[in-house]
Amino acid sequence: MSTTQVVEGIDGTLTARHGTPPLNVVYEWLTTVDHKKIGLMYIGYALIFLLIAGVEAMLMRIQLAIPNNHFVSPLVFNQLFTMHGTTMVFFVGMPILFGFGNYLVPLMIGARDMAFPRLNAFSFWVSAFAGFLLYFSYVGASGLYAAGAAPDVGWFAYAPLTAKVFSPGHSTDYWTLAVFLSGIGSIGTALNIVTTILCMRCRGMKMSRMPLLVWLYLVMSSLVFVTVSPLTAAQIMLTLDRYLGSHFFDTQAGGSAVLWMHFFWIFGHPEVYVLVLPAFAFVNEIVPVFSRKAIFGYPAMVAASVGIGFISLSVWAHHMFTVGLGAAANTFFVFATMVISVPTGIKIFNWLATIWGGKVIFATPMMFCVGFLFQFLVAGLTGVMLAAAPFDWQLGNSYFVVAHFHYVLVGAILFALFAAFYYWYPKITGRMMSETLGKWHFWLFIIGFHLTFDFMHVPGLLGMPRRIYTYEANRGWGGWNLIVSIGAVVQAIGLLIFVYNLVQSYFRGKEAGHDPWDAWTLEWSTPSPPPDYNFAVLPTVNSRRPLWDLKHPEDPDSDYE
Amino acid sequence: MSLFPRRQMTGCSKVRLASVRAFWVLVCCVVLCRCTATAESPTSIFAPAATPAHSIFDLSMLVLSITLAIFLIVAGLLLYALIRYRHRPEDAHHEPAQVYGSNQIELSWTVIPILIVVMLFLTTARVIIGTQAIPKPSNAMNVTVIGHQFWWEYRYPKLGIVTANELHIPVSNVANSMPTYLNMSSADVVHSFWVPRLAGKTDVIPNRVNTMWIDPEQPGLYVGQCAQYCGMQHAKMLIRVYAQSPADFAAWISQQKQPGRQDFAGNPAAAEGHAVFMHNACINCHAISGTVATGRFGPDLTHLASRDTIGSGAIQNTPENLRKWVDDPNSLKPGCLMPAMHLNDHDLDAITAYLTQLR
Amino acid sequence: MMRDAKAIPIIGPIDPIDPTGTPWTLPYRGTVGMVCLIVAESAIFIIFVVAYIFYIGKSLSGPTPAQVLELPIFGTVCLLSSSITLHFAVAALRKGRSSACTAWLAGTVLLGSIFLASTAREWYHLIHEEGLTIKTNLFGTTYYSLVGLHATHVVVGLIMLSLVLGFSFFGLVREEHSEKLEVLSLYWHFVDAVWVVVFMVVYVLGR
Repeated sequence: MSTTQVVEGIDGTLTARHGTPPLNVVYEWLTTVDHKKIGLMYIGYALIFLLIAGVEAMLMRIQLAIPNNHFVSPLVFNQLFTMHGTTMVFFVGMPILFGFGNYLVPLMIGARDMAFPRLNAFSFWVSAFAGFLLYFSYVGASGLYAAGAAPDVGWFAYAPLTAKVFSPGHSTDYWTLAVFLSGIGSIGTALNIVTTILCMRCRGMKMSRMPLLVWLYLVMSSLVFVTVSPLTAAQIMLTLDRYLGSHFFDTQAGGSAVLWMHFFWIFGHPEVYVLVLPAFAFVNEIVPVFSRKAIFGYPAMVAASVGIGFISLSVWAHHMFTVGLGAAANTFFVFATMVISVPTGIKIFNWLATIWGGKVIFATPMMFCVGFLFQFLVAGLTGVMLAAAPFDWQLGNSYFVVAHFHYVLVGAILFALFAAFYYWYPKITGRMMSETLGKWHFWLFIIGFHLTFDFMHVPGLLGMPRRIYTYEANRGWGGWNLIVSIGAVVQAIGLLIFVYNLVQSYFRGKEAGHDPWDAWTLEWSTPSPPPDYNFAVLPTVNSRRPLWDLKHPEDPDSDYE
Repeated sequence: MSLFPRRQMTGCSKVRLASVRAFWVLVCCVVLCRCTATAESPTSIFAPAATPAHSIFDLSMLVLSITLAIFLIVAGLLLYALIRYRHRPEDAHHEPAQVYGSNQIELSWTVIPILIVVMLFLTTARVIIGTQAIPKPSNAMNVTVIGHQFWWEYRYPKLGIVTANELHIPVSNVANSMPTYLNMSSADVVHSFWVPRLAGKTDVIPNRVNTMWIDPEQPGLYVGQCAQYCGMQHAKMLIRVYAQSPADFAAWISQQKQPGRQDFAGNPAAAEGHAVFMHNACINCHAISGTVATGRFGPDLTHLASRDTIGSGAIQNTPENLRKWVDDPNSLKPGCLMPAMHLNDHDLDAITAYLTQLR
Repeated sequence: MMRDAKAIPIIGPIDPIDPTGTPWTLPYRGTVGMVCLIVAESAIFIIFVVAYIFYIGKSLSGPTPAQVLELPIFGTVCLLSSSITLHFAVAALRKGRSSACTAWLAGTVLLGSIFLASTAREWYHLIHEEGLTIKTNLFGTTYYSLVGLHATHVVVGLIMLSLVLGFSFFGLVREEHSEKLEVLSLYWHFVDAVWVVVFMVVYVLGR
């Protein structure tokens, strides 16, 4: 099967490039250092893991649908929630967001590639290997109760449960090593993104003229340096404990279990901001285009994003309100956690103000953004509830928390990602995704999402802790869990429609052209898909919306800056 | 070439979207109220039965109402904007006014949230201090709680009692204030003690002592379970707290202080069971007061038959279940740390007879 | 409505605010990349330092720092001097004096190696004569991991410096490479700065 690529020259002439044999194509992708191909590999890889982790979630939901169920054994259930969490955070969330960043950032700043293309490729392959390593544990590890044991210590792997004595065999080591390697990849890509943004912007693109997506990726990548490193350090310590007999988290030798918690959450909390900031980035680009208005309050949005980045480093112990840190420490972390809601709220208000007075077009990307806006609002508010430490003493580690963070991860981040897919797919492939299938995807998914995650709050309020493979019938949790599980099925159907849409649109979607959405940032000035070199001539910009200026020479943005 | 379907998502569909959303919100509110009102769950946080749970409940009502108000206002504005400013066909060829920002508006929606945050913070701080930073009354009942994989050990140091899995405490009310202070640590990994109707949860951590207090007003059984993943059988590390009137509690104490019952008159199976127990590895892990069994790895069995459940709430304490448990604990609670004892049927019957008379 | 967006010319208009075309300069990406790496590595080191400080005085048994640690003055002086020699190497290269650069680089590698050797000697003494290993107690755990992590970074730095030394010896390193050598020197200065912190925490504060 040969391939044909149509390349548009700078003068508009079209040339066809014929026939690369399949082996050459494989070789090209394996050795590529092009940010677009690497970005797509990240995204494709993440989608595969999304489906796998989704299956893991389905299995858990079947087990929990009724009390005292025997669908899976306790060991398998414990492995499922560990693998589901670890996969979703490190092998879906991080890669897919780095994938979009890789693809979009150079295009949006008028550059030809990232600052360090080979480091880019290396980071991807290390992350990819890490995912493979984690899943190899299903086959290759050895545990106390079964051969071939995946890790079952939970995605935050509290000590001393992870000590050799409580987790013999290698299942925990697969977790540690896979996440460690994924961290190396993350730091590499973050380094690349920061350097690209600081050093490779096109002429005229001062920092104050960068698209907000670029700003958010700058903040997110900077955050990665100080977020992922503590986890890397803690994992080195854990491995030293397990293999060289050191005592970092060995409570028998005077070590501290709480120290692991501190180190993990110093990573873990900013990590969720690492995941959510790119979601903000997508919404920042999509909402203005479909409201036909510039984003309201660009400087405030930048300040809020940077503020969120900084404050997120100071709130970690709200995951430890029940550890007994003392009233003073608890009070401090309550304050810091509540404070972070202020810049976050500012962002929501600015989005509202962008829509206000605009002309809102409800294409699929915008519908997912609307879902994001309502759901992120709810997620933020349940977060504020949990920030009230005494409330957290009841609800921490319960299904209320699980509902809260899935509201953020699925309701906000995944919805923003869907919006990004529908919005940038035309640029990446040159074809539009089907709007009809998009609407089906949206409605099924949002109904399933609310069935699952709205009702999931209730068992939490009724005392159901998390990470339990079954529960007593007399607790009153059964009915709610059943509804939650049904919602999961509905979401799965929606997701499958999405995957089908992705594939079928590639072959049968309408031709998209340069700029199907009439947007304003630089990536829409290139052909779809962009040529390897992105821009024949590197652009010069005079405002935040260079294409608006070109389309509206009578009223350019540059007059107002 | 129009890139949007003829039947575009117009305001009608948007109103539909909005009403679907509003519908769900309403459903959730109704459902929530129903739960809180009837408290049909024995572990509902909205049915507080002790002071810590009460103060959390009061705070949570305040927090819930504030966040609900914020949600209604912001979501309402969003809904309004999406409907009012939807794109209409006559808008096809001109863009709306491009508004880049406004410093006053930014200021207002920075200052107002800050004020709300400050207010919420101060209220929360007061509850934290009121729960965690008050002096311990001198007449408090002290219980040492030790978390194990996958059971709870309770010791009453001043009373010389050691028991497992069922915590008996006195009620505490205005007339007779006697809160129970739980001093908690773990023998292995991190656990968490959570009985929602009595108090918020507190983690139980090795090499660290955490203290919490509870003061149930009414006698009764309050249930909960371990709330920090601690291994295979985390799900069945259940908690049963029996709040008793002063008289009942005193009776329970005096019963618990008795050594292990050896009432074998007319019960030769029990006598034989006693011998089997003392000559097997049982004594390495379990203790029965007044015998050579002094193991501390597993639960104290001195008054096993007085408990309602075995395996820390995993199953009802009946002779059949007890026999099954001793035969192969992992068949009832897979992953629990008690091994199958590989006793023959005769010895199993004998041991069951012995254990069931340990009231 | 969204109209058909026609192909947008890729060349933007000449900047009306600055028609003379003043140079558009952005930082050198090597430097920015190295700074990012240093930030990430600092975060890792900070966690190990925090663990060290947290566990001061908490060992249940075994040797204490005051009993077994001596100030590693000689090694420290060597390591810090190697930063100075590297600085001169970079300065020499900027002026195009490649052979001077080679000499200063050799000095840097030598001084760094002496530091490593002195650490090795110290560890030999601690393990074989004082009986302190990573397993012994909390002090052993945190000491060997922190000093070991630093030593690993020294090894990596020495490998890189030796490579450059080798290239320089064969005349392959010229003035136009001075920015790249400066990036490497940033890493080496970072390693030295970390040693200053480790020295203060382990040998001064902790003893």
